[in-house]
Amino acid sequence: MNDGDILSVEHLTMRFGGIVAVNDLSFGAERRQITALIGPNGAGKTTVFNCITGFYKPTSGAMKLTHDDGRGIQLERLNDFRISKQARVARTFQNIRLFPGMTALENLMVAQHNALMRASGLTFLGLIGAPSWRRAETRAIDLARTWLERIGLLGRADDAAGNLPYGDQRRLEIARAMCTEPALLCLDEPAAGLNARESAALSELLLAIRTDHGTSILLIEHDMSVVMEISDRVVVMDYGVKIAEGTPREVRDDPKVIAAYLGADEEEAIAVMESGT
Amino acid sequence: MSVNPAASEKASRIPGVAFIFKKALISALVALVLFSLMIGVRTEAGPSGQLIYWTRFDDLAAMVATVFGGSIVVELLRQWWGPVGTVRVVPPPVQDALAVAGRWVAPVLLIFTFLVPVIFYNERYILDLGILVLTYVMLGWGLNVVVGLAGLLDLGYVAFYAVGAYSYALLATNFGLSFWVCLPLAGILAAFWGVLLGFPVLRLRGDYLAIVTLAFGEIIRLVIINWQSLTGGPNGVTGIPRPTMFGIPLSPGEDGLAARLGIEFSPTHRIVFLFYLILALALLTNWVTIRLRRLPIGRAWEALREDEVACRALGINTTTTKLTAFATGAMFGGFAGAFFATRQGFISPESFTFQESALVLAIVVLGGMGSQLGVALAALAMIGGFELFRGLDQYRMLVFGVAMVLLMIWRPRGLVGHRAPTVFLERNQAISSDLVKEGHG
Repeated sequence: MNDGDILSVEHLTMRFGGIVAVNDLSFGAERRQITALIGPNGAGKTTVFNCITGFYKPTSGAMKLTHDDGRGIQLERLNDFRISKQARVARTFQNIRLFPGMTALENLMVAQHNALMRASGLTFLGLIGAPSWRRAETRAIDLARTWLERIGLLGRADDAAGNLPYGDQRRLEIARAMCTEPALLCLDEPAAGLNARESAALSELLLAIRTDHGTSILLIEHDMSVVMEISDRVVVMDYGVKIAEGTPREVRDDPKVIAAYLGADEEEAIAVMESGT
Repeated sequence: MSVNPAASEKASRIPGVAFIFKKALISALVALVLFSLMIGVRTEAGPSGQLIYWTRFDDLAAMVATVFGGSIVVELLRQWWGPVGTVRVVPPPVQDALAVAGRWVAPVLLIFTFLVPVIFYNERYILDLGILVLTYVMLGWGLNVVVGLAGLLDLGYVAFYAVGAYSYALLATNFGLSFWVCLPLAGILAAFWGVLLGFPVLRLRGDYLAIVTLAFGEIIRLVIINWQSLTGGPNGVTGIPRPTMFGIPLSPGEDGLAARLGIEFSPTHRIVFLFYLILALALLTNWVTIRLRRLPIGRAWEALREDEVACRALGINTTTTKLTAFATGAMFGGFAGAFFATRQGFISPESFTFQESALVLAIVVLGGMGSQLGVALAALAMIGGFELFRGLDQYRMLVFGVAMVLLMIWRPRGLVGHRAPTVFLERNQAISSDLVKEGHG
């Protein structure tokens, strides 16, 4: 953890009744870097995400987001939509949550809601079709078009999101999150259910997002090939606590991680970890 | 000759005679139990209050036999028809024809509506019916914002209709304000009540939301009945001023419109005026709704219907989004209410029962949630249908109910089930109804 971190989570604890899902977790996500949060199923990764993005109110602990201009925001004090609106933290979901009955383009337009709401003068300017609103709408469509092009879905812009193949839906959800112009992008298992080729394309997309937009990325992922390839830092969780942190190489060689990841069977664990290289 | 595998498979799945017979027998048994008391025994109170009853076993037997026979016929039909699915029920050529017709329905309907007072000038009944249909079209379009776009099931829509009607009635009778001043006030007041209703139900979803909105509708009605000093209670408000054409009354007097234009006075003038008034109000509702759908707020409503969690993750304030949906829908209900009051000249709580809410909701659901054209067609079918079946007397509701059930089998997502996108790059193609969510709260 250092001052350059865009997100610093300190002593985060989340209890559900008697169950401690996250226990005194501290870690940081560096600016313009990709930080991966890994761990076996049930380790509490998604709970951490839900705390960061305001879907859960943490039992205790602090989460501080520092913008490029040095402005710091305590995430635990904001609730749901304000985290995206004010702190500019965007997220995707483990089970894709697109708007299935809306087109790919509409999905990306909804993501620009807050900017467009201002441009439409809280609807009133838009209702009378003011020129300033028209310009803003054209810009919004252009931004959406740019993203559709980047994820290779320009040809399917007018198709319902629910009709797109699974891999395309995953990418569209990331594009939708990016249309909110976030400072921190949180991805919950973006490679889940993707084949090898799609995973590779995803890695490329995420690296491009980091490089071209300077967006910091925090991701939960089980696909070790993706994690090892793109992450700058890896945080490993098990049973709600952090068991290791470091570069992908350091983490991969950590005996605690290997033990936690696939139980006591070290040889199997090593095989999985090796597959990532 | 080779046997078609699909055909042989289908043949093997056809249930035997025994199955059909068993099913019919069960249906007949259920009918026997049900109808034994409803039809088999007729009870009545005698002159001195004692119980008189007599049996009608022949009617009962006929009924059970009908059910038995009908069940066999239905089962045979089903085998011939195959599994019910939209593709199967509506063959592709018919679907294509419908799509072509669909493009022309709206303009043709609009032109026809404009011409109705010209064509049917001397038929007061048709004009009155037209006004009634248009009132429900407007109510349907208003509720469509809440139910169809935002996906919030509102069973108490009539409350806003009542607020609008009473706003105009009380402001006009007590303060002498004109219709054109009261109309926006009625809309604003109704929208205000929409927000008031919105606050407590923000956290509720689905069935719970429906129950609270239902209760809200009843509360408004009961307050109107019991607040006698203000609303006149069950006696209602009488002597509500008729609308004027921007200050010029439509009356036989010297300063009336007819006298000023130098034409002979006819009471039909007012009916025609009312017709165009409600048409203008309905079209305003339609225009605003279509406009709003293409604005961020409208897209947020639809996104809310599709996935509320995703909306919050995108930084959309779901609270204000829901409240604006309630307020917008309520405002149009208020406009319609003010029109209703000025048209009737008399309002009482009896006009604002739950049945009205249910009727408007049925129009929205039947029309296809979110579709403007569908709602208009459904209002025409529902209100016009009521009148069409008037000749059937006591069987009217029965025929009407059967028609609705058949319609829902044929088009489970309403007359116009597909959704038109609000923005497109190249192709403006409709989105199939099975992808569009109904919303759940």
